[in-house]
Amino acid sequence: MKVNDALSGALLALLALVVLFAVKDYPTIPGQDIGPAAFPSLLAGLLLVCSAVLVVRGLQDRRAAWVSPGAWLRSPRHLLNVGLVVGGLALYVAASDTVGFIPLSLLILSALFLALDVRPLLVLPVALVATLVIHFVFYKLLRVPLPWGWLQGIAW
Amino acid sequence: MPDLIHNALLAAQLVFQPQVLLVILASAVFGMAVGAIPGLTATMATALLVPITFFMDPIPAIAAIVTATAMAIFSGDIPGALLRIPGTPASAAYTDEAYAMTLKGRGHQALGAGLVFSAIGGLIGTAVLIVGAPALAEVALKFSSFEYFWLVVLGLSAAVFIGSANVVKALIMLILGLLVACVGLDNPAGYPRFTLGNAELMGGISLIPVMVGMFAVSEVLRFCVDTDPPLRMVQGRLSGVFEGIGATARRYKMGILRGSLFGTVIGIQPGAGADMASWLSYAMSKRFSREPEKFGTGHIEGIVESGAANNSALAGAWIPALVFGIPGDSITAIAIGVLYMKGLNPGPSLFLNNPQNIYAIFLVFILANLIMVPLGWAAIRLSANILRVPRNILMPVILVFCVVGSFAINNTVFGVLLMLVFGVAAFLLEENGFPVAPAILGLVLGSMLEETFVTSMIKADGDPLVFFERPISATLGVVTITVLLWPVGSALWRRWRLGRRDGRVPG
Repeated sequence: MKVNDALSGALLALLALVVLFAVKDYPTIPGQDIGPAAFPSLLAGLLLVCSAVLVVRGLQDRRAAWVSPGAWLRSPRHLLNVGLVVGGLALYVAASDTVGFIPLSLLILSALFLALDVRPLLVLPVALVATLVIHFVFYKLLRVPLPWGWLQGIAW
Repeated sequence: MPDLIHNALLAAQLVFQPQVLLVILASAVFGMAVGAIPGLTATMATALLVPITFFMDPIPAIAAIVTATAMAIFSGDIPGALLRIPGTPASAAYTDEAYAMTLKGRGHQALGAGLVFSAIGGLIGTAVLIVGAPALAEVALKFSSFEYFWLVVLGLSAAVFIGSANVVKALIMLILGLLVACVGLDNPAGYPRFTLGNAELMGGISLIPVMVGMFAVSEVLRFCVDTDPPLRMVQGRLSGVFEGIGATARRYKMGILRGSLFGTVIGIQPGAGADMASWLSYAMSKRFSREPEKFGTGHIEGIVESGAANNSALAGAWIPALVFGIPGDSITAIAIGVLYMKGLNPGPSLFLNNPQNIYAIFLVFILANLIMVPLGWAAIRLSANILRVPRNILMPVILVFCVVGSFAINNTVFGVLLMLVFGVAAFLLEENGFPVAPAILGLVLGSMLEETFVTSMIKADGDPLVFFERPISATLGVVTITVLLWPVGSALWRRWRLGRRDGRVPG
């Protein structure tokens, strides 16, 4: 997905302004000119200049469309792939404490395998083996407290 | 001299332990595989290793990164020669050349040359690292905040100006990285910035989930949107890899040396790593060649020289990383994060207080480049199988691995959220021509830049000339300002000359 430089420049300028607004009430250190706001303001100022250059260049380039979707945005298959990756991760962030690592990992892997054309017969076995291997390495060997969630009763 | 031997012995004790050697072997196999699989880069290998190294002692942790990246930079040549798709960007410069050799039935020679001269380049780069880093550390001991300030600015400007197709976009990414580094309590004033009232953000944005997101999740996304047809492999002979290698070495010995030294220098430059070294030295090899017309038709000379250059750049990048804490490329940017995590804060004092650790890192470099030859030979023989690895199974598994790795750093799901946000952002930004490497350098160097800036400003008490009072600081300052003004100056110069020429044309 290509966005015209003028548009991304405008977004970045907005970000710079938000930063400048956020730091304006930061306290100053008595007897010194440089407080916690100095460095971010300097950066935001530079960002503002750069995004202005980007906007000007984007406007000069008349051939460029405002937004030109890449090949994948027009293909439902590829769009689904991206949706599954982003959605799967978001789901993990939201639900890992209640549902647990193993069920969620199984779900994310199976869904992605199916979307990416792994042979249906292989989907569940491979998802299960991959999940259990990763769980074993991190939970048992490296002692990372991966959440059990629904499987709390049969935790091993 | 007795010191050196003493330290070397201590270092050998640290490295020659079953556990460390096992880590080196395992990460070598891992790096070989990652490099050989198209779509998985050496930087991604590092990002995936970091969550694991988090649980290791300092020396094996660094050893894992050094070994895996050295292998991955070589094995990126394998799909380049056989599929015409570089396994890592560092092989891209001579992919067409190697593929042309495969079509002529000389693929085994291309890969053999890539392997042997990668190892030689890596060893020459290591030699420069061993000689150069301690000497530079001696000088660095005298540095104050002014010198460090200029060094960081110089490093960051080099990262923006060298090898970026679009300087404004590279600069924007650098600023974004620096702004992300501002988040949290960790600033000279100790004031919580941009925390949005979130307790997790007080401690700042942890580096590892960000890197896993930017270098691994974004690659998974890129694989998911790949609309290109599936890859097809050329069947070729893969035995006799070392055939005629001695003759090649004798014929192109100057090229090997030039490529290795040039690669090391490029590696030292912040922001320019193995990719850049490989492109530039391929071009240089063609320029100095006695038969430049053969380049691009399956001629081995360029492969020899830039194959050596990209591996020597890896070692070169560690010089500023170890001596100043300024990364030479994105891989060392991640490695610096690991060094800090392990309490081995990079800087000249590391050379003074823990020289055995530094020597151990040197030793690992030598070992890694030596085991590259047998392992690389095996990888070439097995390449048909490695390249047939089903990526539609691999990529989802990598994604779950990323989730667990990002979670493991602080044991909170917030790491996974960071990884997701930065992964998607890196993917979208790269689609629009914003390079990721400057952002990582900014993120790693942000606190150092602010700290040296604030300290120096307080010392200077409002007088900017103090930044130029000390001799080294003055030199660094002038060099930095020259680098910064160079693009503006050269653009004005070109416009002025064009203007004069146009002025002379009558009518």
